[in-house]
Amino acid sequence: MHNPIDALLAEKGVLLADGATGTNLFAMGLESGEAPELWNETAPEKIEALHQGFIDAGADIILTNSFGGTRHRLKLHNAQDRVFELNRKAAEIACRVAAKAGSRVIVAGSVGPTGELLQPLGALTYEAAVEAFLEQIEGLKAGGAEVAWIETMSAPDEIRAAAEAAIRAGLPYTYTGSFDTAGRTMMGLAPKDIHAVADDLPEKPVAVGANCGVGAPDILAALLDMVEARPQATVVVKGNCGVPEFRGAEVHYSGTPELMADYVRLAVDGGARIIGGCCGTTFEHLAAMRRALDEHKKTQPPTIAEIEARVGPMRNKGAAQSGAASAPAGRRERRRGRG
Amino acid sequence: MSDDEIILSELPDDELVQQMQDDLYDGLKEEIEEGTRILLDRGWAPYRVLTEALVEGMRIVGEDFRDGILFVPEVLLSANAMKAGMSILRPLLVETGAPKQGKMVIGTVKGDIHDIGKNLVGMMMEGAGFEVIDLGINNPVENYLEAIEKHKPDIVGMSALLTTTMPYMKVVIDALKEKGIRDDLIVLVGGAPLNEEFGQAVGADAYCRDAAVAVETAKELMRRKHNVNAAV
Repeated sequence: MHNPIDALLAEKGVLLADGATGTNLFAMGLESGEAPELWNETAPEKIEALHQGFIDAGADIILTNSFGGTRHRLKLHNAQDRVFELNRKAAEIACRVAAKAGSRVIVAGSVGPTGELLQPLGALTYEAAVEAFLEQIEGLKAGGAEVAWIETMSAPDEIRAAAEAAIRAGLPYTYTGSFDTAGRTMMGLAPKDIHAVADDLPEKPVAVGANCGVGAPDILAALLDMVEARPQATVVVKGNCGVPEFRGAEVHYSGTPELMADYVRLAVDGGARIIGGCCGTTFEHLAAMRRALDEHKKTQPPTIAEIEARVGPMRNKGAAQSGAASAPAGRRERRRGRG
Repeated sequence: MSDDEIILSELPDDELVQQMQDDLYDGLKEEIEEGTRILLDRGWAPYRVLTEALVEGMRIVGEDFRDGILFVPEVLLSANAMKAGMSILRPLLVETGAPKQGKMVIGTVKGDIHDIGKNLVGMMMEGAGFEVIDLGINNPVENYLEAIEKHKPDIVGMSALLTTTMPYMKVVIDALKEKGIRDDLIVLVGGAPLNEEFGQAVGADAYCRDAAVAVETAKELMRRKHNVNAAV
């Protein structure tokens, strides 16, 4: 399958993905609790402005405004019957803006989690999850998205379902997990294990990695694990711009442009090939990240200590310190087997 | 069948309780139901079964969740097993007038459909002896106000998993202040993108990073509330 990411990587070495969608739409007047995807219809000029801002800041890849675009998410806003339309529009808006850019900008179709638990933990069947993602990805493809960008995932089976949907839709895909719980996703997936999630699928991901999470230090630690586990893989990091804070009535993120620039340098050194920001990353942050990416010469991967010294302490422990293996010896072993 | 199969009904009380804690840890629903019935048949008070077998078992699960040893899938299985035991005990607890830790209204805020964390908190709170009224997902401020009016809870819990929905917690708390009922309630908030400072800024009593911390915090704040009330 042709994929635009490998082609642009070959040309540029490391690519800059965009910043936050939600945070920046808030700044444009989105109310807390509203579905950003509905703006693809009601306020497309704001979504255009979002994309334009990131392209002006130097993004090589922009993500469509379709993160919550599966029927499971849209049903909350009574828009579950407009999945195809809303996603198509999301991609069309992004393509329109990308086409006017002075350089090549890839339009990636954002695909977020359904919010449902898959069987046996929850009610959603694997097949129904694939169907839901397929419906979304077909809309994104119809609107011109060049790659399915599966992000902020926690459950391996849900990643797999979305990847399978992308394959069925005939789009190349990437996927990233949010490692926000003791160095892993809340479902327990460790960064080093992210590669294997799609190993048995007929088409391999173009890139895998981490997004969102709990700030630069933790996502960089996840990066080291992911690169070490499979050095030949194209690894993405798209981390939050610090942590959210309330100032007056508004949410701000603690990360400065300088911090995000340093995060980019460390990510390059750590082996990331696609770097971007997530929640809290504004145009100004992304512009600083572009400059850092253009000026930085790659050196040795940093150690955790170097990461912490430069971008602050990790909020959670690393994945190597968590999970069943980290339990005190003999703890909670079943004393005897039962049948 | 292996030689070392455990027959729950043949275990003495103390070993059975320990085995139930292990089975809870492993999310074995049927074994928990069986163990609960056996203890009741042996004349245990429902409240004692709840506290010594289920609550204590869930406390260990909660600790390992907090410490990053267990993750959501394992804890959900444990919580489901606990729920199975609870459904046997609940009517008996009502009948016997067993003591209650307190009452909690919990829900995911408007615009957010994520309920995994909220469900876990609800189940762990139940496991710790609280009465829990679950408002489900996507709750506008009116839902919280109505539920508070109707159920008179001690605690209100709000959850959000999206950075686009978490500011809504402030909307709810501001509404509680406007109504003059904020200080009658313990307000707990949680969700992956939140942190302690955020919890303070929205005006919550505490941010709880996971279900285990939520239970600990709820108990502690309830204790303080009682002390204050006793002092007045």
